[in-house]
Amino acid sequence: MTAFEPKIVAFCCYYCAYAAADLAGSMRLAYPPNIRLVEMPCSGKADARVILKAFEEGADGVYVAGCLEGDCHFLKGNLRAKKRVAALKKRLAEIGLEPERLEMFNLSGSMGPRFAEIAREMTERIRALGPSPLNRGRSPAGTAQEG
Amino acid sequence: MIVAEGKPLEEVYALIAEAKKVLVVGCGGCVTVCLAGGEKEVGLLAASLRMKRKLADRPLETVEVTLTRQCDPEYVEQLDRYVTEEIDAIVSLACGVGVQFLAERYPKWVVPALNTKFAGGTLAPGRWEERCGLCGECILHRTGGICPIIRCAKSILNGPCGGSQNGKCEVNKEIDCAWQLIYDRMRLLGRLDDLLTIEPAKDWSKAKDGGLRKVLREEAILA
Repeated sequence: MTAFEPKIVAFCCYYCAYAAADLAGSMRLAYPPNIRLVEMPCSGKADARVILKAFEEGADGVYVAGCLEGDCHFLKGNLRAKKRVAALKKRLAEIGLEPERLEMFNLSGSMGPRFAEIAREMTERIRALGPSPLNRGRSPAGTAQEG
Repeated sequence: MIVAEGKPLEEVYALIAEAKKVLVVGCGGCVTVCLAGGEKEVGLLAASLRMKRKLADRPLETVEVTLTRQCDPEYVEQLDRYVTEEIDAIVSLACGVGVQFLAERYPKWVVPALNTKFAGGTLAPGRWEERCGLCGECILHRTGGICPIIRCAKSILNGPCGGSQNGKCEVNKEIDCAWQLIYDRMRLLGRLDDLLTIEPAKDWSKAKDGGLRKVLREEAILA
């Protein structure tokens, strides 16, 4: 049996987490390949519907990564994202998914090592939780066959 | 606007337990403004229901549509092409009016996804408060623009009552006494003398106690 490799979607703010991911790459820092990055203009642009869609389409975990509090390029986008993520965690519980599968992180563009650390932290967390209940019966991540 | 809020997911889920395919209908009017039943909430509810049903091994198919308004036949009839044979239930994210308009037009199981709360307004994003009691005969000109019908717990017309304490209502210390507000406002306007006039008993037959109310305007009727 293939070991469970979680599929995790990270909605990353262009001004911080996305740049930090770039930096992590430049610094040759290794982080788990389970993370799928989605570049956002701001963490505040992460729409609740899109986050739910990620889970529905097979993500085992999702996180939103925005700037450090007080440092949002658009002033309050990351604070709004934080509230929305908190509300969505409740909705996930109502649906029957573990709220821990969704998280909000804050970091700056210069925090490449922290980016890698978050990727590891989230991968470990989801690995411990196991596959999303929605993915029961699906092929392990990355092995799905076309057609 | 009519202010509403979403029912718990579990409740809506139970209402459509037997359905295999549902039409989830939003409303672009009041409930879009109060973030309860617009296009976004339709997407969230439909996705949540689909996932919850998938977890129960009983997949649900959803069709999402948001009408300009659910309280006008000219918009409701736009749903005709979506209400097909295989639609087992219609979930309406409108106020009680919209739900009834859909139920009146289609011989389908129509369920409400919202609880309609009151006629009110937005205090700040995410905060709404009641303002109108829909009593059918407005007296706001007599009370400085503050409605005693809905803002006074007793709806008294010649207040305040003995329960007014330090400007607050005895029902709840967080609620301002409407009659204190009226008094302060009339004083500001220099019209305290107006309050000496006794407001006669109200004709409540014009309010909801008289049964279904109607408004007719001859010149607006086309046929």
